[in-house]
Amino acid sequence: MQQLIKRDALVKETWHLLPADTTLEGLSNSDDLIVPLDLWLEHSHALKARDGGLGVWLNSDEEVEAIADDLEHFQVVALNFPVFSDGRSYSNARLLRDRYGYKGEVRAIGDVLRDQLFLMKRCGFDAYVIREDRNAEEALQSLKDFSEVYQAATDQPQPLFRRRG
Amino acid sequence: MYIYDEYDQRIVEERVAQFRDQTRRYLAGELTDPEFLPLRLQNGLYVQRYAPMLRIAIPYGLISSKQMRKLALIAREYDKGYAHFSTRQNVQFNWPALEDVPDILAHLAEVQMHAIQTSGNCIRNTTTDQFAGVAADELVDPRPWCEIIRQWSTFHPEFAYLPRKFKIAVNGASEDRAAIGVHDIGLNVVKNDAGEIGFRVLVGGGLGRTPMVGSEINAFLPWQHLLSYLDAILRVYNRYGRRDNKYKARIKILVKALTPEVFAERVAAEWQHTKDGPTTLTEDELNRVAGHFSAPAYESFSGDDADYLAKREAEKGFNNWAMRNVHAHKVPGYAAVTLSLKPTAVAPGDATGKQMDAAAELADRFSFGELRVTHQQNLVLADVRQADLHALWEAAKELGFATPNIGLLTDIICCPGGDFCSLANAKSIPIAEAIQRTFDNLDYLHDIGDLDLNISGCMNACGHHHVGHIGILGVDKKGAEFYQVSLGGDSGRNAAIGKILGPSFAAEDMPAVVTKVVDVYLEKRTPEENFIDTFQRIGMDPFKERVYAATH
Repeated sequence: MQQLIKRDALVKETWHLLPADTTLEGLSNSDDLIVPLDLWLEHSHALKARDGGLGVWLNSDEEVEAIADDLEHFQVVALNFPVFSDGRSYSNARLLRDRYGYKGEVRAIGDVLRDQLFLMKRCGFDAYVIREDRNAEEALQSLKDFSEVYQAATDQPQPLFRRRG
Repeated sequence: MYIYDEYDQRIVEERVAQFRDQTRRYLAGELTDPEFLPLRLQNGLYVQRYAPMLRIAIPYGLISSKQMRKLALIAREYDKGYAHFSTRQNVQFNWPALEDVPDILAHLAEVQMHAIQTSGNCIRNTTTDQFAGVAADELVDPRPWCEIIRQWSTFHPEFAYLPRKFKIAVNGASEDRAAIGVHDIGLNVVKNDAGEIGFRVLVGGGLGRTPMVGSEINAFLPWQHLLSYLDAILRVYNRYGRRDNKYKARIKILVKALTPEVFAERVAAEWQHTKDGPTTLTEDELNRVAGHFSAPAYESFSGDDADYLAKREAEKGFNNWAMRNVHAHKVPGYAAVTLSLKPTAVAPGDATGKQMDAAAELADRFSFGELRVTHQQNLVLADVRQADLHALWEAAKELGFATPNIGLLTDIICCPGGDFCSLANAKSIPIAEAIQRTFDNLDYLHDIGDLDLNISGCMNACGHHHVGHIGILGVDKKGAEFYQVSLGGDSGRNAAIGKILGPSFAAEDMPAVVTKVVDVYLEKRTPEENFIDTFQRIGMDPFKERVYAATH
């Protein structure tokens, strides 16, 4: 069972994450789908014509610039962590939020571990798919690891030096 | 020095609580080894050959006597009574128990210290000139900038999982004692013609397997933009640095692959989006931070202390020490003093708890309660009255801190090597000791003059062998420990990577090899030349001929 944390709470998952080799054939019309980037780039017209919700996911070596002009079509942008030590999706998330003004859900998928959540949240993620073998309830605690931060990021655009009392 | 306010203190305390819980989960089996690894590394905790090794940050090398006493306490209570000062101005404990580390971090937090980002693929401790703020040749004090960078880099959420580790160094003097040319980012604080402060930015220097000197990508970055520009460099690196091969993952490989010009364009393009945003530094913040580094209450002297000069004339031992271990100070009547951690037969950079307490005592008595750790692995008292130098020398002799060899051949930079480190190919400390024993005649050593001899036990180059005038690298040759020698490296203003002399040598040959190299220099030098000058003039061949002629 997928465990999804969304805006600091455990919620029931309704979206289907489609694998990288998914083709248009046989795609559900009404389900909420998160499609791989390549499928979107090839078949955006067909995907836009569906009735169900639409999201896209990018691997860590794919760049958000590829969807920068399409963001209005996505309710979810999911960014993959193939391994937790691959930090590229942090930059992708910040660009989505800070540069391209994306307001929908930015979801962390892949090797998402509790001790990364605080950093992810700061970079603009607001949903996290927690590995099935982990306690998602406990993972929620890590969103509150720190009550103060030094540098500006997506969640706090003012660096501490502009806020020190 | 910088004193934490409630914000800084809270962040460090919350880190202790976070790591305490991470350690608990690891010991309870809730975190696997590979998952705990980056968490413990970002807290400076390695699993080493015999026990965990804990690396504690000494931000830009500055430490108070109170903090030093805390390190002494940790050495006694949690280690085997000593600590190791590293080439990155940090301190390492080689024998703590994993389950004690949260308690050690809590001790550190009490004195405004931590182990944050002292390891792992993140932004590491920023380093600088050990004479920052007091050097006679200083243009701008680099310490406020180091502290501003420390705060910006601490838990930077976007850059905690970089392709590889990332090191920043800052220099504000005309000499470069911070080796900025061999860091991922080297910052030279400069003033333009209008007297405004800015930075000359070098990127892509580094040692390790592919040693390189950094390239300039910005000749003058106005200070207000420092952090947004660093963000831009790091973002380009985080996105495009190689992650497929850890030996090609440092930023230097990316800079070389793109060329420095193209890399600079990428950074400039990224920076255009964030420049002038909230991260732009303010005059208020600069003043707030710089206020922590204001000058201590110096007494007013008109010039050099006459009694000090007279004692130098009268006592040869004192004069030898003063020549090497006492450094010019910008304030008349004061001096900076290096306390040597390199007497013969002690691992370079090692200090016992007793010595750390004693060094703290000397700092309180002679230097406003502050010390510095140097990347050459010594300690510095930066603000000593010349009138006190003789008394300080007497005390330092008693404590084993007065070896008069600073900058000389026996002031060896040396990593812990195969005796302690699981990465090492070969031992390094016994080589250092054998060389120190060979060159034990002080007059001879002083005659040889300035000579940096650096030893690393493996390619990772923690002993900075590439930038030693004489560099020694431990290599594995069919399971045996051998040593490769390079000449001509330089960490200063004319940063250069040493060139390999030739085939490697057995450990027992090393003192003789170094002796031959030094002999060639002594025979060929002109009166004004140091070793590196002679090497640059005559090149490698005379050294090669001498060393290999005799061994065949």
